[in-house]
Amino acid sequence: MSTLTLGKALNTGLRKAMEDDPKVVLMGEDIGKLGGVFRITDGLQKDFGEARVVDTPLAEAGIVGTAVGLAMRGYKPVVEIQFDGFVFPAYNQIVTQVAKIHARSRGKLPMPITIRIPFGGGIGAVEHHSESPEAYFAHTTGLKVVAVSNPADAYWMLQQAIAHPDPVVFFEPKRRYWDKAEVDLDAAPPPLFSSRVVRAGDDVTLLAYGPMVKTALQAAEAAEAEGRSLEVVDLRTLSPLDLAPVEESVRRTGRCVVVHEAQTTLGLGAEIAARVSESCFHSLEAPVLRVGGYDVTYPPSKLEEEYLPDLDRVLEAVDRSMGF
Amino acid sequence: MQTVVTNVQTREFVITAIAHQPPVQDGRPVAPSSDPTTARTSLATMWKIRRFEEAVDDLFARGLMHGTMHLSIGQEASATGVCLALRERDAITSTHRGHGHCIAQGADLTRMMAELLAKESGYCRGRGGSMHIADVATGNLGANGIVGGGIPIAAGAALAYKMRGEDRVVASFFGDGATNEGAFHEGLNLAAIWDLPVVFVCENNKYGMSFSTEFSMAVPHVAERAAAYGMPGVTVDGNDLDAVHAAAAEAVDRARNGGGPTLIEAETYRWKGHSKSDKNLYRTREEIAEWRERDPILAFETKVTESGLLTAQDVAAARDEATEAIKNAVREANAGVDADPGDLLDAVFAPLDTQDVTR
Ligand SMILES: Cc1ncc(C[n+]2csc(CCOP(=O)(O)OP(=O)(O)O)c2C)c(N)n1
Ligand SMILES: [Mg+2]
Repeated sequence: MSTLTLGKALNTGLRKAMEDDPKVVLMGEDIGKLGGVFRITDGLQKDFGEARVVDTPLAEAGIVGTAVGLAMRGYKPVVEIQFDGFVFPAYNQIVTQVAKIHARSRGKLPMPITIRIPFGGGIGAVEHHSESPEAYFAHTTGLKVVAVSNPADAYWMLQQAIAHPDPVVFFEPKRRYWDKAEVDLDAAPPPLFSSRVVRAGDDVTLLAYGPMVKTALQAAEAAEAEGRSLEVVDLRTLSPLDLAPVEESVRRTGRCVVVHEAQTTLGLGAEIAARVSESCFHSLEAPVLRVGGYDVTYPPSKLEEEYLPDLDRVLEAVDRSMGF
Repeated sequence: MQTVVTNVQTREFVITAIAHQPPVQDGRPVAPSSDPTTARTSLATMWKIRRFEEAVDDLFARGLMHGTMHLSIGQEASATGVCLALRERDAITSTHRGHGHCIAQGADLTRMMAELLAKESGYCRGRGGSMHIADVATGNLGANGIVGGGIPIAAGAALAYKMRGEDRVVASFFGDGATNEGAFHEGLNLAAIWDLPVVFVCENNKYGMSFSTEFSMAVPHVAERAAAYGMPGVTVDGNDLDAVHAAAAEAVDRARNGGGPTLIEAETYRWKGHSKSDKNLYRTREEIAEWRERDPILAFETKVTESGLLTAQDVAAARDEATEAIKNAVREANAGVDADPGDLLDAVFAPLDTQDVTR
């Protein structure tokens, strides 16, 4: 057992992946000497050399594009996008190449790329630095998308994503980078593309991923004080979705609320609500409700508290669900 | 000098004062160091930039300002020299490190400070912050949080001027790091093939965050990249106000007269870290000290006092004027009303009454 911050767990996971497989290569802006703006790659260039931890110029399209070529020729590139909003210059490469090459070549060209994106708000940054673009990627056929919420998952899921033969867009909750927890570095991890119940309850099923898992757990805590029992599921995988644990839960509770920071409109919650409504129709006591960001450009830091879903907004949705 | 602009919130016409008109004598641009009035205003502008950013640095350090910011202390001459070469109705695009461009282009210091303090009285009603100030009245089409983001935008604004047959010019500021982004190459090529009235101004401060130009480019000078697009490229000492102004005046003149774009590389240095959290791990103390010796403001002060153009009192007066102006700006901005979270949903789209598509 080690006590690690989520950031350090990612760093340790990267180190382990690089030790385990010499084909793992890291690329990104300021990841070498500086160790990344969030220090996730801290010390790795010193230990693995400049050929395996590559400091690149500002060139997101170029970085992801070269990762595609590296992957075609047997490497396992792990790309760091500095902030969520800077993935867009690379979006073309991700959607038109990364996502399609395995299918286009009928499997002859492998695409084991991991694209790490720190996402979400809550650190007092602004537009381009606080966004939650996961739905764009989850919507794209050919990409797998995961989001971690805690140090143990950060450590394991990053290694699993890197070892996985398909492209994985790996979302890291930047405002939780400094959260600490015990991590068992020897335990066998659950499968990468699996969701997990992280708190048991009977009244309402709360679904969350990434930074909102902590918020959902806090909401469950607060609800308990009021005599309400919320079950919390950490989705972990956004594409493919693993809804078996969700359905099992919703069939018991009859109520479901999905929480994410991303804008509500056409967010992950919409897809989940549709699927849960189909599969659990006869068990539902209330429509599946969504709590998410508003349909506005991400606000400046002084107003972000108003934007971000918080305890109150989650509990308000729980109340509405119970009110049906 | 006055101009009429549309106030985007109230959609009323308002009158706004505009700062500059480039000094010309016999049809030739006048060097800032050869005319006392220009020398004094240029000096005051450079000091305003520095004092503004020192104030911002201080407000952040004391926890009174939030978000992030990028300071251009040490780079004041490039913004000042380029904007001095522009006419009143010209435009600029700016960067994440944009306070200097904004001030040199004539922005109101109180409204700028208010924007950084997230006040309703700020340029973007406190919604843009340091990295996204736009001051449409002075032709500042906006700072940009996306590196390289302003470059094709500048080409587009210039295309508009060209299509309308107006002799207006756009100056586009960006850093050395931006010249490695695709947007730079696409933007320069478009400006070149369409002969657009743009002046591309690369403020080469040797680093894109932690990454040295020594490793990020295979040519020693950004200006060499101009050749690939068939436009002139010049490298100037970005800490020499006269040199920047001369290069900019020539490029602006060419652009205005149908000669197409130019790429100017102004070699300079940022004294402070990349942003508020930088520990300067990628550069040496000696290098920073060396460049601090090449202070663009001090260099200009020395030049104009040694030549006898300005007295020591003139120089002190320009500095004091700036210090005072910034103090006022901080005080006035602080007195403003905080941006209202109740309006969070505003302004994503044009006002409803302008959206009737049947019109
Ligand atoms: C597309 C994009 N990628 C990365 C960033 C993060 N970032 C902000 S400024 C910067 C360095 C920019 O370097 P340069 O263009 O030389 O300007 P300078 O900061 O030196 O003024 C980086 C990497 C960004 N804002 N946009
Ligand atoms: Mg730079």
